[in-house]
Amino acid sequence: MNRYFTVEHEWIEVDGESATVGITDYAQSQLGDIVFVEVPSANTAVSKGGDAAVVESVKAASDVYAPVSGTVTQGNAALEGDPALVNTDPEGAGWFFKLRLSDPGELDGLMNAAAYQAFVEGL
Amino acid sequence: MRYLPLTQPDRTAMLAAIGATNIDDLFVDVPIEARLTAAIAELPLHQSEMAVERHFSALARQNMAASHHPFFLGAGAYKHHIPASVDHLIQRGEFLTAYTPYQPEIAQGTLQMLFEFQTQVARLFGCDVANASMYDGSTACWEAVGMAGRISKRKKALISSGLHPHYVSVCKTMAKYTGDTLDTALPCFEATDSARLIDMIDSETSCVVVQYPDILGRIEDMTAMAAKCHEAGALLIAVVTEPVALGALKSPGEMGADIVVGEGQSIGVGLQFGGPYVGLFACKEKFVRQMPGRLCGETIDAEGKRGFVLTLSTREQHIRREKATSNICTNSGLCALAFSIHMTLLGECGLRELAHINHATACAAANRLAEIPGVSVINEHFFNEFTLKLPTEARPVVRALADRKILGGVSLGRLYPDNGELERGLVVAVTEVVTPDDVEAFATALQEILS
Amino acid sequence: MNLNESGWKPEMMQYDGDAPATHTGNRALMLEEALIFEIGDAHSTGIDFEGLPLSFKQEGRAEQANRLGSLARARAIGLPGLSEPETIRHYTRLSRQNYAIDLGFFPLGSCTMKHNPRLNEKIARMKGFADIHPLAPTSTTQGALTVIYELAHWLVTLTGMEAVAMSPKAGAHGELCGILAIRAALEARGDARAVILVPESAHGTNPATAAFAGYAVENIPATPEGRVNLGALSARLGPDVAGVMITNPNTCGLFERDMKAISDLVHAAGAFVYCDGANFNAIVGRVRPGDLGIDAMHINLHKTFSTPHGGGGPGSGPVVLSKALAPFAPLPFVEKRNGVFELIEEEGAGETQSFGRMVAFHGQMGMFTRALAYILSHGADGLRQVAEDAVLNANYVLRSLEDVLDAPFAASGPCMHEALFSDNGLAEGFSTLDIAKGLIDEGYHPMTVYFPLVVHGAMLIEPTETESKATLDQFIGAMRSVAGRAKAGDESLKSAPHFAPRRRLDETLAARKPVLVWKEPELALAAE
Repeated sequence: MNRYFTVEHEWIEVDGESATVGITDYAQSQLGDIVFVEVPSANTAVSKGGDAAVVESVKAASDVYAPVSGTVTQGNAALEGDPALVNTDPEGAGWFFKLRLSDPGELDGLMNAAAYQAFVEGL
Repeated sequence: MRYLPLTQPDRTAMLAAIGATNIDDLFVDVPIEARLTAAIAELPLHQSEMAVERHFSALARQNMAASHHPFFLGAGAYKHHIPASVDHLIQRGEFLTAYTPYQPEIAQGTLQMLFEFQTQVARLFGCDVANASMYDGSTACWEAVGMAGRISKRKKALISSGLHPHYVSVCKTMAKYTGDTLDTALPCFEATDSARLIDMIDSETSCVVVQYPDILGRIEDMTAMAAKCHEAGALLIAVVTEPVALGALKSPGEMGADIVVGEGQSIGVGLQFGGPYVGLFACKEKFVRQMPGRLCGETIDAEGKRGFVLTLSTREQHIRREKATSNICTNSGLCALAFSIHMTLLGECGLRELAHINHATACAAANRLAEIPGVSVINEHFFNEFTLKLPTEARPVVRALADRKILGGVSLGRLYPDNGELERGLVVAVTEVVTPDDVEAFATALQEILS
Repeated sequence: MNLNESGWKPEMMQYDGDAPATHTGNRALMLEEALIFEIGDAHSTGIDFEGLPLSFKQEGRAEQANRLGSLARARAIGLPGLSEPETIRHYTRLSRQNYAIDLGFFPLGSCTMKHNPRLNEKIARMKGFADIHPLAPTSTTQGALTVIYELAHWLVTLTGMEAVAMSPKAGAHGELCGILAIRAALEARGDARAVILVPESAHGTNPATAAFAGYAVENIPATPEGRVNLGALSARLGPDVAGVMITNPNTCGLFERDMKAISDLVHAAGAFVYCDGANFNAIVGRVRPGDLGIDAMHINLHKTFSTPHGGGGPGSGPVVLSKALAPFAPLPFVEKRNGVFELIEEEGAGETQSFGRMVAFHGQMGMFTRALAYILSHGADGLRQVAEDAVLNANYVLRSLEDVLDAPFAASGPCMHEALFSDNGLAEGFSTLDIAKGLIDEGYHPMTVYFPLVVHGAMLIEPTETESKATLDQFIGAMRSVAGRAKAGDESLKSAPHFAPRRRLDETLAARKPVLVWKEPELALAAE
């Protein structure tokens, strides 16, 4: 398993030292139609639990936190022109940013898919 | 009490329906020691409509209305003729007594008007977009400085010495608390400080703020300033306190300004002793998400018909709370409506003609006033406002003119107290309401007072 | 005999199918209206100018008259004009697409949409107030300064405070004024503090204001009965807290019973109490905030004192200040010296430790005249009646609806001037928004929705005192009907409003692809 989830409804898919981050399907369904996404630019340093991106629906703005610490290597430019990707494919083409992990050990506290599923059902 | 529809039997019936024995039961949560048991004794009781009107009529008579006397005051608030239809339309209850258009299906009137207003302002300023208005020009100016800080991620603003001193004061008040650094200077008669500002722009500069025409009425091309700003990654903010000027002058946007703000009072809104006025705020499209204030946008309804809504509201306080672009909640909707109606009545040709008349009248007045011995006009160029340098301190002269029932301009001593030579400055605004007789009366009285 | 030559034989309706579409898109009195950019042009105008007088023409002829230098406008602006009749019709048609207090009941919670007396409009337009320049010599504006002074006296006396700052332009601007005064007072005693505490039920302007003034913002939780959690507040107070911002009556429509205790705790911790006075209408003439230990409170003249909301401003937000904060009030202010009113505009003048200027000139004079006219009309007795009737009307609505709508704090005792309900108990898939849109079809402006944030699907109803019992009874009937439909899962409610000038508008589209100004169709296409 290389996909992890946070209690803040972010997912992170790890591939060696790098990883891709987005928000979960449950999160997008709660937010409603996404109208704007602000993703971090390359070389931005993010720290676990810190603000990394912003996602906006018509009536709400939410901060997206970094699931782990690292350096952003790429923001998803496609979201600028088509923020609806977050609604239609949140855990695929609607990813937010990629980063290089600075401490893979931080992954240990995160949930796997089944645990996240159970977490959401308990909300 | 004429404004309260409940009758005593209504109140009794309603208390019974609630299950309260008397009105005090509904205030039980107020601590006993803080309850007032009767009307506050040192304040008077209610009055009839006639009595209230009589009170205000007496107070109104103590003031010298601009329309009744030769009038030459400007410096951020201008007297223009307002067509009768403007005031009639803004008093329609559907505009006057509506709220912010949060339910767009039943607020299309306000929303469409705001969309038209935004377009008029953007075009007048030569910008891509404009918002639905701010409190006034001075607060719009500070909001622009704050916005430039968010965009440039820098904290140093260079403020032109030609910016209205009240606007400078507002910025100073706010900057004390936000950690922004402002570079400010006093104006001088000889020249503007544009060259100095251009030299100062560097990699730490967030923005340069320039007023156009400036507080002394001077007008300057800001193209070079814009180029230098952009080279350094800073923004150029232009401030327009007399939008009628843009009927005759190149717009700041045309010269490269990134954000253009202004005071819209001079179109459609009366002098009103300083408020309410209407702040104008426009910028380049790429900065829209950093804009403060309300924005109206076009969309469609469920049947595909064009309609309008407030949009991009995630920038605002009611959603973003402490992360909002501004704490601003209202705009100046009814004044924006007055501005927009007046602008629609003017149209392109009307605004150009109005500006032409203002300029020609001001030129004539400047020539006449410059004939007075010891008086000179400091401006080479101006629109409808210029500064006279008097042989003596101007503030007492203004008071002496008022004693002769002439409202003869704004003394720089009032705007910049205790600042040497500036005290001899008198800022004179001349709009289309000024007649040749007014100019003659002003010139004659001024000459007498100075001699 | 004459057999009805004109052929006019009145008939009642025969056709009973669906209403046909019209050629124009108009529906009788519901008239569609194009944009000024579509109906106006650069050559039309609604204004005739007097030609320049001969003497100005001679003076201002040709080259020597042009003092614009190289900056004369060369390019067209792109402003359409309309003749006067077209202008009147354009804006009259637009106006009819708006809901307004003048048309009907407008129970928007926290906004105090009360009747706007027309006397106030008349007075504000008197030349002696409307047509005077803010920088005119004060010898020529004594009557106007008297109005400011009289209104200030009323506000200070009604609130039991020491002073009032008149220049803030609106409620949020007033909040800023109060917070800056607090900050100035703390700095004057060399006490830098970094945090402002705000209850989670607060208006969004509170945290935004505190942040705007350079403070970090921390939330204070509410108790289950909808009031500030005194224990949590007390635990958080400390040497880093500059102040708390509390709305009283609060946004759940409840009076903060512990207000005095809160103030005492805050003061003991060396901090100040800011009160959001948005809901002052509930207590005017019955409670003086000064007696509860408040240090600063803004008063929305456009709420409690009836100046018109104007479709979103202009407002006016004077701020009353305690003795501790009064010296730090912003410039300018009016003082009476030897029977003459003077405007204190300069920093360092007299004893003031003013934090500076917040705005050009001296505040919303046009709102001062209206508010003072309203206040004098009511007098001390009438204002007290205002609060009582406002609270009575709100409680009447609360108790008339609590059996059909969930009222989370109904058990907390009487409400003040507004009644709060939640979406709890609506049918699956039905929301507060559906109830709001259903009310539009019934001819009402909906209540405030989704605020305060502490209640899910909040509906906040503020009737105000200027509504009759008959109006309330009719509204209660409509609300019971719409709530019943939402609980029963009536699908037709999901597509409401059916009868407004527009159906539900696509806010997602508007936000995803913002169109904020009009562009000629070909340009708009090219921009795609």
